[in-house]
Amino acid sequence: MDFELSDDQQALSDGVRAFLDGRLDMAGVRAYETAGSLDRDRWQEMAGTGIFGLRLAEVDGGVGLGVADAALVFEELGRHLVAGPLVATHLAAGSFPGAADGSAIVGLVDDVEDSTPVLVEHLDSLDLLVLCGPDGVRLADLDAVRGAAMPIEHPTDPLTPVHRMPAMPAGDVVISGDEAVDFAMAGTTLTAAFQAGLALRAVELSVAYAKERIQFDRPIGGFQAVKHLLADMLVAAEVARVAVYSAAVHLDDPSVGDVDRAVRAAKVVAGEAAVKCGKTAIQVHGGMGFTWEVDAHLLLKRAWVLDTHFGTADHHALALADAL
Amino acid sequence: MDLRDSPSDAAFRREVGEWLDATLPSLPPKPPMDDFEARRRYDTHWQRTLFDAGYAGINWPAEHGGRGATATEQLIFLEESERRRAPYVGSNFVGLLHAGPTLIAEASPRQQAAHLPPILRGEHVWCQGFSEPAAGSDLASLRTRAVRDGDEYVVSGQKIWTSFAQIADFCELLVRTDPDAPKHRGITWLIMSMDTPGIEVRPLRTVHGSPEFSEVFLDEVRIPVGNRVGAENDGWRVAMVTFSFERGTAFVSELLGTRRLVADLKALATTITRRGATAWDDSGLRSDLGHLDAELEALWALTKRNVSQAQRTGVPGVGGSVFKLSYTELRHRLADVSRRLLDRMVLSHDDLGEWPTGDHMHGLFHALAMSVAAGTSQIQRNIVAERILGLPKEPPWTSS
Repeated sequence: MDFELSDDQQALSDGVRAFLDGRLDMAGVRAYETAGSLDRDRWQEMAGTGIFGLRLAEVDGGVGLGVADAALVFEELGRHLVAGPLVATHLAAGSFPGAADGSAIVGLVDDVEDSTPVLVEHLDSLDLLVLCGPDGVRLADLDAVRGAAMPIEHPTDPLTPVHRMPAMPAGDVVISGDEAVDFAMAGTTLTAAFQAGLALRAVELSVAYAKERIQFDRPIGGFQAVKHLLADMLVAAEVARVAVYSAAVHLDDPSVGDVDRAVRAAKVVAGEAAVKCGKTAIQVHGGMGFTWEVDAHLLLKRAWVLDTHFGTADHHALALADAL
Repeated sequence: MDLRDSPSDAAFRREVGEWLDATLPSLPPKPPMDDFEARRRYDTHWQRTLFDAGYAGINWPAEHGGRGATATEQLIFLEESERRRAPYVGSNFVGLLHAGPTLIAEASPRQQAAHLPPILRGEHVWCQGFSEPAAGSDLASLRTRAVRDGDEYVVSGQKIWTSFAQIADFCELLVRTDPDAPKHRGITWLIMSMDTPGIEVRPLRTVHGSPEFSEVFLDEVRIPVGNRVGAENDGWRVAMVTFSFERGTAFVSELLGTRRLVADLKALATTITRRGATAWDDSGLRSDLGHLDAELEALWALTKRNVSQAQRTGVPGVGGSVFKLSYTELRHRLADVSRRLLDRMVLSHDDLGEWPTGDHMHGLFHALAMSVAAGTSQIQRNIVAERILGLPKEPPWTSS
């Protein structure tokens, strides 16, 4: 057993971070809000680094890596708050042409049977839309969806534009059986990785602010009332991160333990860490934290969005309880 | 990142499992919680059994009689032991996990030869004389005074929260040898034999109602200078050295035991009927327990990561504080869930016949201890914030 990152994994994580630091700063990420659709050049550039085709075999134009490696990449994407259907496009690579090389942006809707409105994310930027449900993965008729969908004027997360559908779209099953289970499990884990990244970013942002914000003649990070909030954030974020790594390693090698439990635990713990850290980031930033200008609200809003992907924390907690 | 057992780890896991399966059936029954002499006999018998099988001091270096196991092997041993509900260290806790490792790191060869083998063989039980009534979180402000008189230190003062003092043979004792030096620099680490005249042990009843701790009063206790470990006034550093022996495995038995407690709670909930449904039909309860189960799974992953880190670098990371904070919080929430489920049964600390509620009642109190013992949650948050996040310390308090 060696649960530390291998040298290759560390290099992968550092490489993605350096790329995103250089090419997708917060101004770049925030540009989506006014542009209304995703920046295709940037998307292609991301695809060029291999983030979508990471797990495809090299003969299929991929990098031949595992879910653990992909989790490191999605943690960094989360840390940088990158917008767009990243997990869905990554999952679609291999099954849908164009996803791996960035020429097709693939959206995803969780096909859950309930009576609440159907909301589709990033619709104006999509080339394909897949529906992930109990019978497998279906491909929606995108033109029909576009024809019926109504835009939501004020999406909660400005970087996650949303349309409302009158009903869940139909579509033919394109992935089923074990392959569909793998699709959902990897999607759950990589979403959790993104959530862990959001939590870690919230810690970094808040710690930096607490070190420079002076009140009562000293940095507020010196007061225990504030530093204990920050410590609790770090604890939540770090626990989330290892839970995600563990889930990913389980998916790559199911012989190491209970895959289902590891994956569900990661989604619960990372989902809650992202929400908790997003909220606390706003609190630590005080009045500034409540402004549009400070990034803290974007972290929290994305955390709220992602909790609904591939099953909420509560959904997975109930499943874990049943399995006790 | 690799969570598989290496071939040698797999072989070790098999070997440990087979030995435990062969050995555990012949163990005597567990002694009652408040019979400390019986607990000592039980714990030291188990320690002797481990010693004879070559598993004593699994984390101790081989040159000091330990097994010299890797951190991973240590984790495997604890995992397989807890899975079979084997005894844990019990009253050998301080000797095996605190005083012993300190002696290994800092004591003279003569001191090591005198004390280490009897700890491993289950012949000497140790206790810890660190905390005082006025020195808790601020341990370095301790006041128990030691004055040099020829070849002896004459020690007077009071220690508190001393587990197993009433049955210990030796005490790892921190005393103040230089009252004029800055507080961390006037402390000395001594080996005190518990049969020395002038020691009075007064058991202290805890919230459990049983004397888990004692107060230890020291009245001109004469301790040979030869029992000093490390240099005079260097005792703070000596005491801190021990923490580097903890390789992320401190809570393994706890963690796996808590998993069982959560599963037991589900079993109990399915048998409790209220308002025409079982308690398990309550989705609020199921959601709460599912969240706790998720966190237990995550903390098991964190344990493996901390162990891997210790194995690579030789020193434990700060992951210990992260773990303890998170685990403590979890135990408090588990206690709340237990209490809600037990409802009127919380009126009894004991099992209620066919209702096995005693372990859950014990858990209610255990959570309260967890967030105070071995560094309060508030001190742990300071450690995380200052040592990991690099936040400034709070300025010293001055009366004005």
